[in-house]
Amino acid sequence: MPVYNLKINGKPHTVEADQDTPLLWVLRDHLDMVGTKFGCGIGQCGACTIHIDGSATRSCLLQVSAVGDMEITTIEGLSEDISHPVQQAWKEIDVPQCGYCQAGQVMSAAAFLSQNNNPNKSEIRDAMSGNICRCASYNRIEKAVELAASKMS
Amino acid sequence: MKQIVSPSFSRRSFIRTSALAGGGILIGFNLFQACKPEAAPPVDVSKLNFNDFNAFIKIADNGMVTIFSPNPEIGQGVKTSMPMIIAEELDVTWDNVHVVQGALDTNNFTRQVAGGSQSIRFGWEPLRQTGATARQMLINAAAAKWGVNASECKTENGVIINANGDKLGYGEVVKEAAALEVPENVTLKDPKDFKIIGNDASNVDIDKIITGKSLFGLDYKEEGMMHAVVLRPPAFGKKLVDFDDTATKAVSGVLEVIKFGDKVAVLAKDTWSAMKGKKALKANWTSDSKLESTEEHDKILTGLLNGTAFKTMRADGDVKKAFAAADKVIERTYESPFLPHNCMEPMNFFADVTSEKVRLVGPIQTPERTASRVAELLERDVKDVSVEMTRMGGGFGRRLYGDFALEAAEISKIAQKPVKVIYSREDDMSVGIYRPAIKYKISASVKDGEITGYHLKEASVNSNMYGLIPNFFPAGAIENYQVDVASYDSNITTGAWRAPYTNFLSFAEQSFFDELAEILEIDRIKLRLDLLQKVKGTTDDRIQYSPERLENVIKVAVDKSGWGNAKEGVYQGFSAYYCHNTHVAEVADVVLENDIPVVKKVTCVVDCGIVVNPLGAKNQIEGGVIDGVGHAMYGDFSFEDGEPQDKNFNTYRLIRINETPIVETHFIESDVAPTGLGEPTLPPAGAAVANAIKAAKGIRLYKQPFIKHMKAKAPLG
Repeated sequence: MPVYNLKINGKPHTVEADQDTPLLWVLRDHLDMVGTKFGCGIGQCGACTIHIDGSATRSCLLQVSAVGDMEITTIEGLSEDISHPVQQAWKEIDVPQCGYCQAGQVMSAAAFLSQNNNPNKSEIRDAMSGNICRCASYNRIEKAVELAASKMS
Repeated sequence: MKQIVSPSFSRRSFIRTSALAGGGILIGFNLFQACKPEAAPPVDVSKLNFNDFNAFIKIADNGMVTIFSPNPEIGQGVKTSMPMIIAEELDVTWDNVHVVQGALDTNNFTRQVAGGSQSIRFGWEPLRQTGATARQMLINAAAAKWGVNASECKTENGVIINANGDKLGYGEVVKEAAALEVPENVTLKDPKDFKIIGNDASNVDIDKIITGKSLFGLDYKEEGMMHAVVLRPPAFGKKLVDFDDTATKAVSGVLEVIKFGDKVAVLAKDTWSAMKGKKALKANWTSDSKLESTEEHDKILTGLLNGTAFKTMRADGDVKKAFAAADKVIERTYESPFLPHNCMEPMNFFADVTSEKVRLVGPIQTPERTASRVAELLERDVKDVSVEMTRMGGGFGRRLYGDFALEAAEISKIAQKPVKVIYSREDDMSVGIYRPAIKYKISASVKDGEITGYHLKEASVNSNMYGLIPNFFPAGAIENYQVDVASYDSNITTGAWRAPYTNFLSFAEQSFFDELAEILEIDRIKLRLDLLQKVKGTTDDRIQYSPERLENVIKVAVDKSGWGNAKEGVYQGFSAYYCHNTHVAEVADVVLENDIPVVKKVTCVVDCGIVVNPLGAKNQIEGGVIDGVGHAMYGDFSFEDGEPQDKNFNTYRLIRINETPIVETHFIESDVAPTGLGEPTLPPAGAAVANAIKAAKGIRLYKQPFIKHMKAKAPLG
């Protein structure tokens, strides 16, 4: 079985996995990093969103063999101490209900705001429309992204 | 007005205390049932026994309070709000309270369940009593130490203070308090003095959620555990003939293939290998019962509505007579599809079945029932079965059913290893326990401009509205009133889905009254208020809604939404509904963008009595409204030859953030005992939107999802 050297949250990890294994399952099952969630497996719900070289990526569709030496960031590595402005905003607004989709929401928001830290409402809605929240905490997600943007700009 | 009745309990029997081996006091209490006479809480918190007590408070020597929250957390916020109620009466600072999810061992009590929006309603009184009792015991201990009368002492944020101003922290007297008798009559706080209840408290798991800590069933892992993915019949009505697992066994990581019933489980060392192994299975299926289709259900339900095979759920006066004497009879039919729950966390469960015990861990709304069903399936004593609840990635009713836990137990028994069963999204959507497809026919008779009769007929797949639903509004408001139900037995599994029955019934009824107002040329609000007027003073105890409270939310919604004064281009729709013991009115604001109706805002007025945690309560309300709008607009699920036609989010549409209205919430200030919020704001949303779309486009919608039927011509009106 092939061996991959991955750079995750700034640290090197070595895993042995079939080349077609989605990064999602490498993280969850091989490396015990369960913050990244499984929701649909087809890139439609956004629960598995991570950053690859800073861009929001659906880890359920990204095969481990395609990662190479790109930098992987997961919810566990977004900040050391919940200090990322998106995490801070999520806390202040008290966004989650069940909480399951929220890691993906936070990762999508963080990647988006790193590209555009002064978005208008419709840009926020467009950017976050790839992430489903079944509890429909959408009003708060919107507010929290706005708040995070104000913290970042 | 109806009084909210609390379940009866005896404090003496439902609370017990003991001194903890490691210091501090442990108070065990049983929320919903008296404990066994000999029951005593353990002296070691690692041995909490939820058999006699379903919740515990631990007060440590340093005054820190740990509350083991009794009810399953599915996103409805009870892991935060139930402990808040205890902490309020205990009189401690919320910052010094640590909340832990209580587990379930064996199960001899009645309501450690998440469902029906009832946790807070039933928990309110016992939770307060528990906190107040513990507080009184601490006071008694301090008073004895000081040699003063307990009645001269008061508490403040975890500190007992006597008349001289001497102070003792709770932690300093816990040891003595543990040895005291449980007092009989404790005083509850005046709601005016609440310091925690009524104030915003963040979700107790927020830090874990936003840093990706293991919380959910799918995250659960144990040494030696195998990951199981199951191949199930592809259609309702099919069963397994045989299968070939040659290719599956060649998949690296696959450890074992197990047939059980009509299912085949692929066990692997990790999830992906199990999923690949399942894909490689070749199975032959045959049909063992009818393969049903939505088209056929449509005909059957229409046939039932037009037929005579009804069961009457409530009948007042004589609708037949009223209809015969009417100047006008208005009749409309409303139709809904099946709906899958689609919890974001797909179904999953862990089981470890050994000859000594059966250990179950996972997301479940009904731990006790699941434990007994597993015991029955495995022919084991229920005392051998333990259930540990994880946080749940949504429930919506789906996790009331423990089918996934039974699968895990069965597989673990055969494999003789710990196993976690994981559903893919396709599995989750294909073997659901769906909201049944339902049709309603509502008829009203009008004589001299008055509504004289109301006849509601329900035709549903598998089951019908239950309990007090036939006594909801407009029962009591119309002299001749009848509710009839009929159902068709299908092999497609159906069950509770967030706000069962009312999730669609409310749309039918509130659309009907809106149209009735148009036909009778009466103001829509006045029509509703006039009907409520007639219910006031009713002596019919089946009627649980309060006409006064419903009237009040309607009036406040009119005021807060700017009803009748909408800006140019904004079209409003009204809806008001009572269910799950909570009264709600909603106004939807719709605008046309490229001639397509877009829901911009929903004003939601809620009377749920005292609001325990406004921050969490508003989250529930916003979510319920948007969920209601989303499923009314987009939720569509059909079958062909027993097979679901949608299996994942590429074709099944759930509302997304860019389609979401802003929800503006207003609470009715109240000192009445609180009622639930997980469900009641969902049902009125569909009608509010439909009524707004009527105002915007002139199209009256009778079928969900709206997106599919919006273009259809408006039928008679």
